[in-house]
Amino acid sequence: MRSRLILWVPLALFAFFAGLAGYMLTQDKDQFVESTMIGRPLPDFALDPAFEGLPGAAKADFGGEPKLLNIWASWCTPCIAEAPQLDALKAQGAQIIGIAIRDRPEDVARFLARYGNPYTRIGSDPISEVQLGIGSSGVPETFVIDGKGVIRYQHIGDIRPDDVPMLLAELEKAR
Amino acid sequence: MIRALAALLIALLALPALAQDTMPPAPYAYNQLDDPRLEAEASALMHTLRCLKCQSQSIADSDAPMAGDMRHQVRARILAGESPDQIRSWLIERYGDYVSYEPEVSSTTWPLFAVPVLVILVVGGVLARRLGKRRDDVGERA
Repeated sequence: MRSRLILWVPLALFAFFAGLAGYMLTQDKDQFVESTMIGRPLPDFALDPAFEGLPGAAKADFGGEPKLLNIWASWCTPCIAEAPQLDALKAQGAQIIGIAIRDRPEDVARFLARYGNPYTRIGSDPISEVQLGIGSSGVPETFVIDGKGVIRYQHIGDIRPDDVPMLLAELEKAR
Repeated sequence: MIRALAALLIALLALPALAQDTMPPAPYAYNQLDDPRLEAEASALMHTLRCLKCQSQSIADSDAPMAGDMRHQVRARILAGESPDQIRSWLIERYGDYVSYEPEVSSTTWPLFAVPVLVILVVGGVLARRLGKRRDDVGERA
């Protein structure tokens, strides 16, 4: 009897894996690639200004207070959606340094004139070099950088209204 | 109403097209290195690195701007004298081993390598026992 039961083990195993595969097919895929640079210092960089209105951005600009590093672009649609939240963060005391990915000065200026300018500085990254250097895989993304230039937190995707208190808390935590 | 819905649908379809930049590609995104040996090294590496925007393609197969920027990094670093392994580790440091298609033994992947070896050992053991037995049988009969 026991040896007869054992014959069903391979079929049961197969059914288990087929069921598991079927179940996983119905699950949402996690599209986000998270940075593995959390807790590590920013790489050295010094980017030219993204347009005439503001200075560029370098690693040396992250000192003193913790700051937000916002990876964005004028051609990025979700960046329009997060603009009011960046304004709200600025109004509540957050300093935001921007890096514009693959962007043109005139487009940056037009975007800021239309959707508001929450930044203190914006560096231009025409070949995504700094973006790759900090493990960011898209626009928009927002990093919390502490006073020593260490990456403390990564937010992937546009900032929604309920993310604002969370990011302020992360800034406080990085103090 | 239906017209408004249709217009909305079309508008939604148009979004991905808007979300593209108009900048020229990075210098080494579509240009090969002059030295064919270095280019071969870079190309072999690019085929084993995952595009982060289009995750089922390698950066060699993708036309996403970010894949172009990653190809530029690979070629520029190869040209600067870095080895393919160094560049791969540089990316893994930033994105985790998800970015590499090359299987690596790590604390999470070791069973994938250990299980086949174990199975071969077990099968070998069973076979040896059975064949050994049969030889004994033959010996006894003779």
